[in-house]
Amino acid sequence: MDVFNHLIFGFGVAISLQNLFYCLVGVTVGTLIGVLPGVGPLATIAMLLPITYNVSAVAALIMLAGIYYGAQYGGSTTAILVNLPGETSSVVTCIDGHQMARQGRAGAALAVAALGSFFAGTVSTLLIALFSPPLAKVGQSFGAPEYFSLMVLGLISAVVLAHGSVVKAVAMMVFGLLLGLVGTDGNTGGQRFTFGLITLADGIGFVPVAVGVFGVGEIIANLMAPEEKRSIVMEKISNLWPTMAEFRQAWPAVIRGTALGSILGVLPGGGATLSSFAAYVFEKKIAKDPSRFGRGAIEGVAGPESANNAGAQTSFIPMLTLGIPGNAVMALMIGALTIHGIQPGPQVMTERPTLFWGMVASMWIGNLMLVIINLPLIGIWVQLLKVPYRLLYLAILLFCAIGVYSVNNNAFEVVLTAMFGVLGYVFLKLGCEPAPMLLGFILGPMMEENLRRAMRISSGDPMIFINRPISLGLLIAAALLLIIVALPGVRSKREEAFQEN
Amino acid sequence: MKARLLDNKDFWAGALLAAIGVAAVVLARDYPFGTSLRMGPGYFPTVLGATLALFGGFFLVRSLRAAETLDTNWSLRALIGLTVSLILFGALIDRAGFVPALVVLIFGSAASSTEFKFREVLLLTAILTVFAVVLFIWAIGLPYRLFAGF
Repeated sequence: MDVFNHLIFGFGVAISLQNLFYCLVGVTVGTLIGVLPGVGPLATIAMLLPITYNVSAVAALIMLAGIYYGAQYGGSTTAILVNLPGETSSVVTCIDGHQMARQGRAGAALAVAALGSFFAGTVSTLLIALFSPPLAKVGQSFGAPEYFSLMVLGLISAVVLAHGSVVKAVAMMVFGLLLGLVGTDGNTGGQRFTFGLITLADGIGFVPVAVGVFGVGEIIANLMAPEEKRSIVMEKISNLWPTMAEFRQAWPAVIRGTALGSILGVLPGGGATLSSFAAYVFEKKIAKDPSRFGRGAIEGVAGPESANNAGAQTSFIPMLTLGIPGNAVMALMIGALTIHGIQPGPQVMTERPTLFWGMVASMWIGNLMLVIINLPLIGIWVQLLKVPYRLLYLAILLFCAIGVYSVNNNAFEVVLTAMFGVLGYVFLKLGCEPAPMLLGFILGPMMEENLRRAMRISSGDPMIFINRPISLGLLIAAALLLIIVALPGVRSKREEAFQEN
Repeated sequence: MKARLLDNKDFWAGALLAAIGVAAVVLARDYPFGTSLRMGPGYFPTVLGATLALFGGFFLVRSLRAAETLDTNWSLRALIGLTVSLILFGALIDRAGFVPALVVLIFGSAASSTEFKFREVLLLTAILTVFAVVLFIWAIGLPYRLFAGF
């Protein structure tokens, strides 16, 4: 089997001492920020991205990926023990996980979350290995019109699957596209929106935008809220093993969660958070006795926790094979690739097999590390929750500032970060989600480039997007999505699904 | 009516987005628009700016009937304090060096919290500065001078 040869090759890359080390760093940092409420993988990856500049591209990507899926493990710990979501993707885990902890079944809940995540991680690693090569082949046959239509579809489904108001999400996306235009126009060399500033000629760096909006903006918002009293369920977590009956209840939910998460992760706009919400709703719907949910149903932990890890990992598929980010974290991964001088796209797999397969294999190794880090060492992570936020945010801010400055040794970018921090805070207050903005910002220049190229191919005839079958199919899919989400019935269902907590 | 607009999320979101959109269109008038065959540098800014302005307008209109109340409790202290601290960090790191920039950043941002305790913050500033120097300068090897101009 080809897949196995590739994976063996990948493991060869991933078990080099350097790569193992960065994998361990990534998953440890991921668990850390997963456990801590108020620090998400987005801000962390943005902050640490500049630091990866000095290591090889493989090691950098291995580490950054580890942060994302590692956060899914850590997030459940806080949710179960403190009833606070460590991550947005573990919001639903609080509902039943914390009830289990209060009934003295914290150990079982933690074990099911970790083992379910590990199962999901294993399956989704295999899925990436299986489906990436054919998808990349499809991607290589794409021309400019297909890519443009694909990006339209990606942006629209990202908006549809975002939380909150669809219209606001679209508006934020347009704003992101506009931000992406700042700088020198690639085709004509003209300057746009640079206000005569030389540092803006290369465009706004995406590190200041991401760190500002997701790091600084959130700190400002968090500082406002008074520190909530954390009641940690601390009685000895003695039994870290579920009973046979619990095990029997949990494993079908793990499989369902893995399947659902794997599918939702690949969709543009999908990823960990959407997957865990969907899995919870699904488990509740198919349960024989839904009233058990909210009172410590183990499926309510097993399903979502498997789903968020599966979703986190399969969301790498479109990013790695087509160069198209499905969510904001993947947009940062694209940024990491470009920082290392790698053009994202279907050619990455064939031109840089060490990077691609090394990273895929490292995901499985990382998941193995995570089970060890999270189960036997759980006591250490619980201690961390005692660190008050007023100390924590100083450290975060320090990493933000040094991280941003070190990208280009450009002090102006730190000032930009501060400005985007204010903007991010204002958007948060106004109920505008910043994630679609970041996606638009990353995709903007790519879309413009492909649209222009398509127009030159067709001599300015927009019908080219309709005459090409693949492009037409993608656009129809995008239009259908918009129509579906606008239907009144679906709209209320959608609001319901996102308000499940 | 006016009072309702001022604490209305949609109103402010609309105003902000519309302003950005209009500004983009106005600025883009200086860039050649081109044709759809040969798009000039002004093509996208104009189209996107106008779209954004339309969305802004939509929210403004919507804010007249449906109101989602804005939490007007702005954390001004954190907002201004953190922003100024970061800007000072940017201003100081090239001119005064890594250590002074860090001290100002940490102390300034700690002072932005309402739970500010002078002695605790002083201690923290010292600890975090040493930590950052060890991690970033010695371990990672970023080539910054600890103190500039000395």
